[in-house]
Amino acid sequence: MAMQFYASPEQVQRDRSEYARKGIARGRSAVVLTYEGGILLVAENLTSLRKISELYDKIGFAAVGRYNEFESLRRAGVRMADLNGLAYDRRDVTGRALANAYTQTLGAIFSETQKPYEVEICVAQVGASPEADELYRITYDGSVMDEPGFMAMGGSAEAISTVLKERHDVTADLPTALALAVKGLGSVGGENGAPRELGASQLEVAVLDRSRKGRAFRRIAGAPLETLLSGGKDQPEPEVGEAGDSAPPARADDKPTISAASVDLEGNAEEPGDDKS
Amino acid sequence: MAAGFDPSGRLPDVFTNAGTSSFTQFLSQAAPELLPGRRPLPPGLSADIAPHGTTIVAIATTEGVVMAGDRRATMGNLIASRDIEKVHPADAYSLIGIAGTAGIGIELMRLFQVELEHYEKIEGAMLSLDGKANRLAAMVRGNLGAAMQGLAVVPLFAGFDLSPADPARVGRIFSFDVAGGLYEETGYDAIGSGSLFAKSALKKKYRPGISTPEAIRLAVEALYDAADDDTATGGPDLTRKIYPVVMTATADSTHRLTEAEISAVAEAVVAGRMENPGG
Repeated sequence: MAMQFYASPEQVQRDRSEYARKGIARGRSAVVLTYEGGILLVAENLTSLRKISELYDKIGFAAVGRYNEFESLRRAGVRMADLNGLAYDRRDVTGRALANAYTQTLGAIFSETQKPYEVEICVAQVGASPEADELYRITYDGSVMDEPGFMAMGGSAEAISTVLKERHDVTADLPTALALAVKGLGSVGGENGAPRELGASQLEVAVLDRSRKGRAFRRIAGAPLETLLSGGKDQPEPEVGEAGDSAPPARADDKPTISAASVDLEGNAEEPGDDKS
Repeated sequence: MAAGFDPSGRLPDVFTNAGTSSFTQFLSQAAPELLPGRRPLPPGLSADIAPHGTTIVAIATTEGVVMAGDRRATMGNLIASRDIEKVHPADAYSLIGIAGTAGIGIELMRLFQVELEHYEKIEGAMLSLDGKANRLAAMVRGNLGAAMQGLAVVPLFAGFDLSPADPARVGRIFSFDVAGGLYEETGYDAIGSGSLFAKSALKKKYRPGISTPEAIRLAVEALYDAADDDTATGGPDLTRKIYPVVMTATADSTHRLTEAEISAVAEAVVAGRMENPGG
C-alpha cells in the first residue's frame, strides 16, 4: 500500500490559497466603482468573451481569473436570480442574497475539492443614491467583503486600489469615473512601471444606470465608448432603443431557417440574376 | 425550493453546469413544481373552476405591431373580473396576449417573459423573433394535458422583427393552437371567444401598410364589435373608465398606451357607434 504523507490542514489551505492567487494573478484586472449616475464596471479584456454581465434588474457581475469557472458562477447567479424573481417578485432579488450564495459556493469548493476556483468576483447592486450602492467582493476561498464604493480585482489589485483610493469621488460624472478606472488599470503592467494607455478595443465597459427603470445594466462599446474615453458626454440610448450588441442573429442566405438540407437551397444559387461575382 | 441542495451549502450542480440557456428547461430540473403542465390533475373536466380570459386582437403596421385586449374575465355566466389585463410585453420588442384559463395564461406569460430575459442574459444576445415564437409554442404544448381537461390556454404572440426577411414586414404575428401548433398570420389575427367577430371586423377594415395610430383605432373598433356580439367580451367601460389594454411594439421598444391616449380612442369609437351602431 502506498504511504500517505501527512500534511497539516494549515499547509493544505496555504497551498490551495497560493495556487488560486497565482492563477488569478496571471489574468488581467477589473475595476468596479460608483459614480454619480450609477456603478461603472470596467475590465481589461482583449477577447469577445465577457467578464462583465447582468445578473438582474439592478445587479451586475464582474469577474477575473479562469473563464470557465467564473462563467459557471455567472450562469448560476442568473439562474438563481431569475428563479427567485419568478417564484417571489422582481423586488425580492437582492445583491446580498446572490453574494451569500456565491460565498457559500466558493467556500465549499475551496475547502472540499482538490482544486480551488481561481476566480475573484464582484456582485454590484445599484441603489437610489451612491450611498445606497452595494459592492461585494467574493474571493476564491469564499470570503466576502463589502467594499466602500470602489474595488479592483486581479493580480495587481492592491496597486490599482491605491490609484482609485486617491481620486475616487462618488459625485464624479461618467467620463471622469471612466478615466479614473482606465488610469487605475493602466497603472500596472507597463514596462519598468510606466503607465500604459488603454484604448477602447482593450476594454470591456458597462454601467448599472441609476436613472433607468427596470433593467439598469447597459454595455458601452464601440463609438460611444471612444467618445467617453476622450472626455465626451455619454449618450444613453433612449430607454431601450436599438438592441445594440444584444441584437438577435441576423438573417443571411447561407443560414436557412427551415431545413439546411433542401435541394431548393442549392437551386436558388443557380437562379438568373443572382450575383455570383 | 430548488431540489437537491448540497449539504455543504454550495449551489447545486444544476445551477452551475453549462447545460441549457432555457429557463424552463432549467426549471424542469431545479424546481419542476413551478412549471405549468407538470402538475397532476384529477380526472374529469374542470373547465368551470377558474376565470376565462377572452378576446385579443393583433394588427401588423408599417412600424411594427399593435395588440389589444378587452378587460373581461368570465366564469360561466358570471363576470369574474372587469379589469383583468391580458396583453403584456414579452420583452423589449414583442408582445403576448392570452386567452383561455386566466390563471394558467398569466403563469405562462410570466414564465415566457423570464424565459426570454434569461436567454438574453445567459447568451448575451436576444432570440430571433421566430426563436421566441417556437419557444412559446413548446410551452403551450407542455400544457396539453391540462388543456384536454378544460384548462386550455392559447396565446397570441406579435413583435417587431429586428432582422426581417422583408424590410416592409417588420411587424409579425404568430398564433397557436392548444396542441402547440405555431402559425404565422398575415396582417392581423384575433384569439378568444370574441375572435370570430373581431376578425370579421378586421377583415373588412384592414389593409396592408396601415399606420400605428390607424391600427390602434381599428383594434379598439374590432374589440367593440366582439363585445357587441359575444357576452364574454367587455366593451370600453366609460362609466368606470376601464378601457382595453393596447400595446405597440416598434423599433423604439414596446409601449402601453396611457390612460389618456386610450380613453381618447375609446371615446371616439363609442361616439362613432352612437351615430352608426354597426361601425
